[in-house]
Amino acid sequence: MTSAMEKGAVVRLDKVSFSYGEAPFLFDVEFAASKITAIMGASGSGKSTLLNLVAGFETPQSGRVLIGGADVGASAPSARPVSMVFQENNLFAHLSVEKNVGLGRSPSLSLTQTDRAAIAEALSRVGLAGKEKRLPRELSGGERQRVALARVLVRDRPVLLLDEPFASLGPALRDDMLDLVAGVHAERAMTVLFVTHQPEDARRIGEQMVFLDNGRVASTGSAADFFDGTGPEAFRRYIGASSGGSRDIARKRT
Amino acid sequence: MNPASPPPRLADTASRHPRSDPPHKGEGGRRAASDPRIAAGIVALGAIALLIGGAFAGLILEGAHDLRGAASAFDLYLLRVVRFTLWQAVLSTLLSVVPALFVARALSRHPRFFGRGFILQLFTVPLALPAIVAALGILALYGRAGYFAAIGGQSWPDIYGLSGILVAHVFFNLPLATRLFLEALGTVPADQWRLASQLGMGARPAFRLIEWPVLRSALPGIAGLVFMLCITSFTIVLILGGGPAATTLEVAIYQALRFDFDPARAVTLTVLQIALTFAVVLALTRLGANVTGDANLPVAPRRYLSAGTTETALNATLIVLALLFVAGPMAATVASGLGADLGRLAGESAVRQATLTSAGLGLLAALLSVSVSLSLIMARRALSLHRRGGVRSLLEHATDTGAGFVLVVPPIVVGAGWFLLLRTISDVFAIAPVMVVTVNAVMAMPFAIRAMRPAYDAASERHEKLCAQLGISGWSRLRLVDWPSLRRPLATGFAFAMALSLGDLGVIALFGSDSVQTLPYLLLARMGSYRTADAAGLALLLGAVCLALVVAADWLGRGEKS
Repeated sequence: MTSAMEKGAVVRLDKVSFSYGEAPFLFDVEFAASKITAIMGASGSGKSTLLNLVAGFETPQSGRVLIGGADVGASAPSARPVSMVFQENNLFAHLSVEKNVGLGRSPSLSLTQTDRAAIAEALSRVGLAGKEKRLPRELSGGERQRVALARVLVRDRPVLLLDEPFASLGPALRDDMLDLVAGVHAERAMTVLFVTHQPEDARRIGEQMVFLDNGRVASTGSAADFFDGTGPEAFRRYIGASSGGSRDIARKRT
Repeated sequence: MNPASPPPRLADTASRHPRSDPPHKGEGGRRAASDPRIAAGIVALGAIALLIGGAFAGLILEGAHDLRGAASAFDLYLLRVVRFTLWQAVLSTLLSVVPALFVARALSRHPRFFGRGFILQLFTVPLALPAIVAALGILALYGRAGYFAAIGGQSWPDIYGLSGILVAHVFFNLPLATRLFLEALGTVPADQWRLASQLGMGARPAFRLIEWPVLRSALPGIAGLVFMLCITSFTIVLILGGGPAATTLEVAIYQALRFDFDPARAVTLTVLQIALTFAVVLALTRLGANVTGDANLPVAPRRYLSAGTTETALNATLIVLALLFVAGPMAATVASGLGADLGRLAGESAVRQATLTSAGLGLLAALLSVSVSLSLIMARRALSLHRRGGVRSLLEHATDTGAGFVLVVPPIVVGAGWFLLLRTISDVFAIAPVMVVTVNAVMAMPFAIRAMRPAYDAASERHEKLCAQLGISGWSRLRLVDWPSLRRPLATGFAFAMALSLGDLGVIALFGSDSVQTLPYLLLARMGSYRTADAAGLALLLGAVCLALVVAADWLGRGEKS
């Protein structure tokens, strides 16, 4: 099933405006196909809103959301070629691991033999083989997010949206999860939009960077450029006075 | 890749949605309109409007038909009834709320002692105990032929009249007010208590500076609620009122329809009752009161102030007195019920028939109540999800607070309206089952909504995005997501609604007949024919069933939280 995946799709927000009634958001940005783009910015800068617009949880007041060149503005969230992993509540607490993953194949849980095989394979890929029958409450926080990633695998959509999915995990666990995402990305080559607060996360797996400020895209570029100290002024202010500091953290870990 | 359910390919997506015009503002609205939850809410609101509107239509038609008769009902007697309705409500409120203030304070001062949990549990019982059962318990304890009279002898005063009404109202509302005050005291932040104990505050300053401000802000709402319950009280006044000197509007409506058969008079009385309750509810909402009460137990927070010996003794006396007052009529119900010939009663076909009727109507009423409530809850949630921060629509308001306003029209009023409307068209006694089920379902609705809404909203909060993302909707969503996470709160709402409708005497008193009898109606009939032992036995049966239901509701509700 790994070969079945087509390449990731370009995600484009074409002059998309949106507001919750107060400060308006205006996004005009393109995310390269099959790349991991880290989206950073202060709280309230619109990171999650941007993902929600792509996923279809929010509807733009004007502008278009294009995935692979097609306008998905009128599609329901489930009809869009995207999967999304949230910070929490990715699983139904009363359903087993297996069923939670199975919902990625059939929203009514009518699963074929092929589906079951795909579910088993996905679970073993994320390191949860043998835990199929467990309930979410019997898993650790990291394991729960692994279940969500397994569901992403069986859904097999060209775009993956990650909304701070590992924010509540400890540093070592978070690195494991990031490596898992990077590994899956290497196999499937989907377009990944990764919202995070942690510069280290972005450095670890991000290829591209989008920095949001005040509901707008302040700057874009390659992650390497952002972190070598020559990144945009606003970004350097956001991650702290010395970008050397975060390099130290990164070095300690290696 | 699984051929059975392929994920949408890009080309696929494009071809299915060929239009490329930008989505505009109406998008959210269009999606909202297609949400079946909102449609369900509209249907539920329509049904409620039909029930209430039909009653009003009956009143208006009758009033228009005999305007002079309705006007001539304004006489001295009516004035006396209105005055008594208000007077007994004022006294009942004072006698319930003022002692409750101190009982609640005493309970909050001693957050841990043996039997505290039991007392609080016992204080929730009157909420579910049918009024007719409580009235019988009070008669069995304080009545001329009661346990106290047996000790007190010939000089024991008669309980019928104002005193009986007051005792019964305090029995119901003292525990309710106590629990609400205790809840209010529970909102005092622990840090304030820590600070008070560090500053060495005694009982008096602590009351003045910490407890009283909280109690005072809760007082208008609680007093208003109790007042509201007392001016709409029907069963208590019917049984313990005794005579024209102690009659309230609700009982007068019942008498006008069932005994004097004076429809014009009933119209006048009903309009007055609506005006009165409406004024009270309006005042209540201004005060920010919660009109429905709650079956949940307040938790005991940790306290840092310890009470002195004098205070402890005073508090203990207060708590014991309140306990005896509340437990007394319950114990009397049990004792006199056990004294009845329960075996013979169980064998009687009238009793069996009434039990079956009660069970059937109660089940239907609870089912209807939960369905209507759930529809409103779902619609409210869906509307607020689709709204996203804008201004709430009229529909959303209706699904939110609108439900609470059904309490403005007491069951007797709705019953009276339909009684007047239908008596010209068909046999009113034949539609008794429909009336009992629908009116009780709607009356239990505010309580069912309170039991279910927090759980539904919390589940929706967790599941909404996930369901949208995975395309889980309709029947699949109900089966896989909503039912497993909501069956316990639904069962809580169901049990509570069933207990309320089982014990109701309001509608059946109007529509009941020999052919359609519920347990409360049969009980009333037995009392009327002075078969006191039978009545006591039936009261025990009815009380036990309602209590079991509420204990089940509480247990189910608590399981969900853990």
